[in-house]
Amino acid sequence: MFISRDPFNVIIGGVGGQGNVLASQILGEMLVSQGYVITIGETYGASQRGGAVMSHLRISTKDQFSPLIPEGQCDLLIALEPVEGLRILDHYGSPRVMTLVNTRPIHPMDVISGNAEYPEVSKVIAKIKELSRRVWTLNATEVALEMGDPIFSNIVMLGALCAIEVLPINQQGFELVIKDLLPSRTMDENMKAFNRGREVVQEFY
Amino acid sequence: MSSISQNAPGKTVLLMGNEAIARGALEAGVKVCAAYPGNPSSEIIGTLAKVADELGLHVEWSVNEKVALEVATAASFAGLRGLCAMKQNGLNVASDFLLNLNLSGCRGGLVLVVADDPAGVSSSNEEDSRIFAKLGDLPLLEPANFQEAKEMTKSAFEISEQLGLPVLIRSVTRVSHARGNVCLDELPQSRPKPRFENSLRFHALPAVLNHKLLHEKLDRAKQMFEESPFNFYRGPEKPELMVATSGSGWMYSLEAMINLNVQERVGVLKLGTTWPLPESYVLEHLKKADRILFIEEVDPFLENNVKEIYAQNCLFLGLKAFFGKASKHIPDVGELNPEIVTHAIQNLIQVPYEPRPADYALRAHEAAAELIPARALSFCPGCPHRATYWAVKIALALDGRDGFVLGDIGCYSLGMGPSGFGQMRTLHAMGSGTGLACGFGQLNRFGLEQPVIAVCGDSTFYHAAMPALANAYYNGADFLLLLLDNSATAMTGFQPHPGTGSTATGKEAPVIDLKAICEVFGAHVEVVDPFDVAATVETLLRLLQEEKGVKVLILKRECALVSAKHQKRLYQVEVEQEHCLGETCGCNRFCTRIFKCPGLMWDKAAGKARIDEAICTGCGVCTRICPASAIRKEKA
Ligand code: SF4
Repeated sequence: MFISRDPFNVIIGGVGGQGNVLASQILGEMLVSQGYVITIGETYGASQRGGAVMSHLRISTKDQFSPLIPEGQCDLLIALEPVEGLRILDHYGSPRVMTLVNTRPIHPMDVISGNAEYPEVSKVIAKIKELSRRVWTLNATEVALEMGDPIFSNIVMLGALCAIEVLPINQQGFELVIKDLLPSRTMDENMKAFNRGREVVQEFY
Repeated sequence: MSSISQNAPGKTVLLMGNEAIARGALEAGVKVCAAYPGNPSSEIIGTLAKVADELGLHVEWSVNEKVALEVATAASFAGLRGLCAMKQNGLNVASDFLLNLNLSGCRGGLVLVVADDPAGVSSSNEEDSRIFAKLGDLPLLEPANFQEAKEMTKSAFEISEQLGLPVLIRSVTRVSHARGNVCLDELPQSRPKPRFENSLRFHALPAVLNHKLLHEKLDRAKQMFEESPFNFYRGPEKPELMVATSGSGWMYSLEAMINLNVQERVGVLKLGTTWPLPESYVLEHLKKADRILFIEEVDPFLENNVKEIYAQNCLFLGLKAFFGKASKHIPDVGELNPEIVTHAIQNLIQVPYEPRPADYALRAHEAAAELIPARALSFCPGCPHRATYWAVKIALALDGRDGFVLGDIGCYSLGMGPSGFGQMRTLHAMGSGTGLACGFGQLNRFGLEQPVIAVCGDSTFYHAAMPALANAYYNGADFLLLLLDNSATAMTGFQPHPGTGSTATGKEAPVIDLKAICEVFGAHVEVVDPFDVAATVETLLRLLQEEKGVKVLILKRECALVSAKHQKRLYQVEVEQEHCLGETCGCNRFCTRIFKCPGLMWDKAAGKARIDEAICTGCGVCTRICPASAIRKEKA
């Protein structure tokens, strides 16, 4: 499998604390090992927790692109949280974008305190569908909670990403990368999370 | 784990800019590395600390940036190569030493990396540290991507040794904290032995003579930079517009050219050696175009310095138009990105650019405006600072004299926002909360009746608040200092410090006890656990009302993110639905509307609070604040 555009631009977005940075690093390593030129830009810093965070991945066969994707140039959006997905499409989406969404919301502080409302998730997904060429959904957080720890939800999402076959990645590549990157005692659980993600993801029509 | 220590020449790996800098230092045979953590620079020394034992280096987290630079400089004086890293604010702290070190010169290669933070993504300001190179007559390099970050660092050591001067490398967030492909070179195997040559002198004095010698060294640097591989031009021989850029501006400029498809019309002059500028090289390229656009982050440093060269030579060069920050084609504050650069070039050469169909953009904006709630930053679930600020808020209200909180730098700076109940009223430099309190603590003689509270984290205390505390006792100031001791430099990635009992490389270290130091400085010191809300409020109130002089309350509770790494959650927490009275309670939804830990949710349909099990860390603090005792905890 090859990338369908050069550069192919991926955004992984969610809420600080959801494991954005690790997911982007794993994906980046998987692609570098196949010879791609990768740039990853992260928006973190003060936004460790609670804030909206994004990782921008540029995948190219030839050039080192900048760590920030320009307006309207996202090809694949991996949204770890539904409204964060919509927030990213607002600036980076275009009719060509494909979106993979974790449907489990994380309430912002203003919603917790009652100063703002969290929209119906189904409505958010419908809007994402209107703004995307193709959409896939799963409740990755639920899958991770079933496994006993919400920390695995980013890995569940990577499994789902593998299943939708948009990027040239596979399970063996994932296994090799996490062997290097993560403590070996978590290997089995990470593989399980990855495979669960592959199984449960579904295209949304 | 780390690709940083692999001796695998020719291998391409994915490295963060900071890791690439660290790798460059290793390829240059660095022996001593020191820093105080600060984003976006922290991973430089953090990465080296992980391989220190394996590669036989000394790597330390120093107590502040000035000490860090002094530690790295000692290596240089002894003939070894030394690396020091810091964020832009850190250079202010280290500058007193740096602006004397330039006069004394140094011996072994000495490289100072400063990672600037345009837009202050994780900083209190967005100062441009390049001005220090000009101020101190020091050579300056600016890496434009990851590979160059490695190459430049390596070459900076050579330059430093050839000139006998420290060399500055200025990185920015989008280089330091981004990742990209880096091709590795060989790691040297040499083991030089340090020796201080007693025939040598490293004195700043005599100032004027050394200043003159410094200028001569800078002239040599200028000559060297004429041939530097870090400066190059890409584009047509006679471009309609020439972009002159440095650092991250290079990647954005390339991207803009591709976006606009104007590679045949616009050229890019990419400069890596930005102080002193290689004058002949710059002049030669200025001849190419009559219109020049400067792309750089944050201040117009390159812009002004090139203009200076132009002014000196304008008779030969003829009329030129310069665009950039001065002409407002580029914003003079904040961070750049490919869009800003694309629009600036588009504006100057009039080409069409539509990043996406206008109707799509409109629909996306409408959907966003209708559905997306704002997402403010907040303390993590289970964060001790939330409990601390909560207690402060209650204690100040009970005290009733309109007391206020002076802030400092750390995670707890978020105390200025809703997550800290808006309690923090000032925010400046490391240690400034305590310093300001020294001043406020004298104003009672003029009739100030409000109680004064300063907050300070554990790492910040060792870094910069200790002198202020000594000052407070010596000069008799009245205030209460809250030491928020979460046993980590949490905001920058949990680095150890003198209070944690371990070093950068994970070795056991003596603990410098916070309480003991404060007592030596004459303060009345007490310790509480902020998770015990009632005891904390009671102690705060008593200290505010009863004692005069300097009082210190240590709020001791480990950072929730650190705890999560080595211990299981404390409690399983649940909001008992039959006991939660919801809106009818009269508590004004204390837990969610006022305390607002992200681990709590407001279930609109049920009209009751709930725990979000994906977020709650089980600290149990909220169980103590529910007036109906509806939030229950069980040992997990
Ligand atoms: S126990 Fe309460 S205060 Fe602690 S993290 Fe969970 S919801 Fe937040």
